Amino acid sequence: MTTSALLNRRTFLKTTAKGGAALVVGFHLPFRAFAGEAEDQEKKTPNPFNAWVRIAADNRVTLILAKSEMGQGVMTALPMILAEELCVDWKSVSVEQAPTDPAIYEHGTGGSSSVPESWLPLRRAGAAAREMLLTAAAQRWSVNRDTCKAENGAVLHGARKKIFRYGELVEEAAKLPIPDFSTVPLKNSAEFTLVGHDTQRVDARAKSDGTARFGLDARTPGMLYAVVARCPVFGGKVAKFDAAKAKAVAGVREVVAIDAIGQGAFTAGGVAVVADSSWAAMQGRKALQITWDEGAAAAESSAGLRQQFLENAAKPGKVYRNEGDAEAALAAAANRIVKADYEVPFAAHACMEPMNCTVHVRGDGAEAWVPSQAPQWARDIIAQVTGLKPETVTVHTTLMGGGFGRRYQADFVAEAAQVSKAVGRPVMVLWTREDDLQHCFYRPASLHRMAAALDDKGGLAAWKHFQTSTSIAAVWEKDGAEKPEASEFAMAAFLPYRAAGYRVEYTLGKASVPRAWWRSVENSGCGFVVESFVDELAAAAKADPLEFRLRLIGEDRKIPDFASPTGDPVDTARLKGVLQLAAEKAGWSKPPAKGTGRGIAGYFSFNSYAAAVIEASVKKGAVRVTRVVAAVDVGRAVNPQGVRAQVESAAIYGLTAALKDAITIERGRVAQSNFHNYEMLRIPEAPQVEVHIVASSEKPTGIGEPAVPVIAPALCNALFAATGKRVRRLPIRAADLA
Amino acid sequence: MAITFTLNGKPQSVDVSPEMPLLWVLRDTLNLTGTKFGCGMALCGACTVHVNGEATRSCITAVSSVAGKHVTTIEGLAADASHPVQQAWVEIDVPQCGYCQSGQIMSAAALLAKKPHPSDADIDDAMKGNICRCGTYQRIRKAIHRAAELHGGAAKEREKAAAR
Repeated sequence: MTTSALLNRRTFLKTTAKGGAALVVGFHLPFRAFAGEAEDQEKKTPNPFNAWVRIAADNRVTLILAKSEMGQGVMTALPMILAEELCVDWKSVSVEQAPTDPAIYEHGTGGSSSVPESWLPLRRAGAAAREMLLTAAAQRWSVNRDTCKAENGAVLHGARKKIFRYGELVEEAAKLPIPDFSTVPLKNSAEFTLVGHDTQRVDARAKSDGTARFGLDARTPGMLYAVVARCPVFGGKVAKFDAAKAKAVAGVREVVAIDAIGQGAFTAGGVAVVADSSWAAMQGRKALQITWDEGAAAAESSAGLRQQFLENAAKPGKVYRNEGDAEAALAAAANRIVKADYEVPFAAHACMEPMNCTVHVRGDGAEAWVPSQAPQWARDIIAQVTGLKPETVTVHTTLMGGGFGRRYQADFVAEAAQVSKAVGRPVMVLWTREDDLQHCFYRPASLHRMAAALDDKGGLAAWKHFQTSTSIAAVWEKDGAEKPEASEFAMAAFLPYRAAGYRVEYTLGKASVPRAWWRSVENSGCGFVVESFVDELAAAAKADPLEFRLRLIGEDRKIPDFASPTGDPVDTARLKGVLQLAAEKAGWSKPPAKGTGRGIAGYFSFNSYAAAVIEASVKKGAVRVTRVVAAVDVGRAVNPQGVRAQVESAAIYGLTAALKDAITIERGRVAQSNFHNYEMLRIPEAPQVEVHIVASSEKPTGIGEPAVPVIAPALCNALFAATGKRVRRLPIRAADLA
Repeated sequence: MAITFTLNGKPQSVDVSPEMPLLWVLRDTLNLTGTKFGCGMALCGACTVHVNGEATRSCITAVSSVAGKHVTTIEGLAADASHPVQQAWVEIDVPQCGYCQSGQIMSAAALLAKKPHPSDADIDDAMKGNICRCGTYQRIRKAIHRAAELHGGAAKEREKAAAR
């Protein structure tokens, strides 16, 4: 179900030397294992009345959410699935965050997997509870249960003359045998009254009146606030420090050194300043005197990395995929050859809520308030840092002010556990914006050397894609040193465009910059490259960009996921479907407004299909995006309103990355520090985004990420149409349009 | 030395360092956590409150500078989240992660207090200091227009009542 081998391993080992002894830390990866490794994560079938549904005697219904809400709308969409099968009135339900318990719940929230992963389990849980309530009612009335019907939080019998509200039945129902989840009857989709219908967010009100509680809003008696001074150079450490001036700051209580965990990729370690308020802690940190041992990475820079990439590109890479004879076709005189280099920079997630975590380590256990996409991992990390047993660690998952993959990490959790343990008090470790931008786990930087051969019939004789990047797998995967390419290509390694010769090569670029999952992961870079380059080929073939794509995609077929053979294949009919829908809604057949260019892109990621048509103009080097028309196919859309919101969001996120974002490295450290030099798209620049959803009864797929990869290429293709200039490196620079 | 100001309509006195930003006084001293920290440099607007009715970035506002003034936070904008901007925010389903929305709402409320029927250009100008990383901008724009309608409706009701 995933498109990358990276996502295929649930657990892996990472070793680190600590005091001479090897500390082995088991991490849980963000996304579900594939079938071969599924056994270890089979959840017990719990009583749905304990795990998922709470019905009070007064008929109030509480539905439990096991995933983390970071804006993507799971707090609405997932309870909708439960409520649908449970047959309760949506207006009467409230939603509550599940306790962190990996024995019952699959908490990990990432990879656009929440809805697809929860779809069947939640339907079954809701249906099981409904069936138990029906049985309880039938027994009470001594009637055949087939004559009973569940509706609106009640069981009815005999032409609605008899009725029991769920609240009257729940005590008996919860004691009944739990139906077999694999055979429990599910509703026919024609009967759905909630799923597939626009539904308002359940958290909109709390997020409009200041009562929503994010991680940074955790408060517990006796708590202190801490900020950590980390070496600005990745992998560097504290040589010595003097805390005297920091301790002299009013409100500062303690200054403690904390160790790095992992080999620079996990936590940096550093010096924590603990105070009565966040402000005092920040002032104390400014007063700290630290001498850093910056280490070898101090010599690294973005310019140096680019040089390394170019050197790598001058040599053959490791062959990742090879079909037909691309090299011969690229050398054949009869073919028209197109070559181009594309560059993608490091990028930071820049969640609006900076990283933070509150932990209270006691002798017999710990309690934590964690804005985390992986609370189960947070629990394990707190246990490992403190030496406590995981089951004595209570983790409260809070709302998150953005996640985008950043909050799958547990670095900020580990720091809070370390500091609380050191001071013996509840402590919130909070990050400033500078910390957040300079100690992120970045989207990898990459360079792509593309080459294609167009034959005389308008087809592709060859497609060659060489990539060199600072791989994610190389950081996180057990065998990442051997297969760093596994996390870097996604659909670029199972292209829907037919080419007689097809060759994919990879060379690992080396950098100390930590890398991980940034909204849409490798698809953000590969989507830009593939969908820009195919546009170049269309231009070379003097073909309409949409017609050219449809022709190269060809007939309806299913293309297996090369990186993850157990993943869903690309269904070319659905890919063509979103391209055609976006084009139709954008009025592709008519010319765009005068002075604007129009571009298109389509991509498959996380088993969903997305396409965008963007209209943009350029005036004195300044890009103005005037319109975004997106089409998505997510199978059955559980909450279409939520799907539209996610695509609107992905469009702005993608435009921000295309127009503004680059993290650059100078002297081993990040050059950007806050929103003045790592800019975000603001309201005057935000175009209207129109979203169209393909009507479908296919199984639901995710939408948090899949619209991101099409935005940058659709924009750059529009800029080409407007100016004749092809943008081949992100972010878009005025110089590249001049 | 204690600093005194009016907070959400009630007198408030705090004994903190005078240069401490209002943001941290609200959040850490008074536990009013609806006002958010995003950048600490008045670049993102998540910390926006009203000082004497003006949208103000509390992260760079020394608490001493609000002595004797009226401070309104998201918690004090309206009883029961009934401000037209809040109603519109829920109706248009604006928030995603929601973290920036307190600041967005405070900026929007300050705009509407001055311009009951803002144009798109007015909205762009008043709201450009507020970043939303989830990209809810088009809904923000729509919700501000909707709040203007709701506000206008409420004003007409009041006029009618006064005429009676």
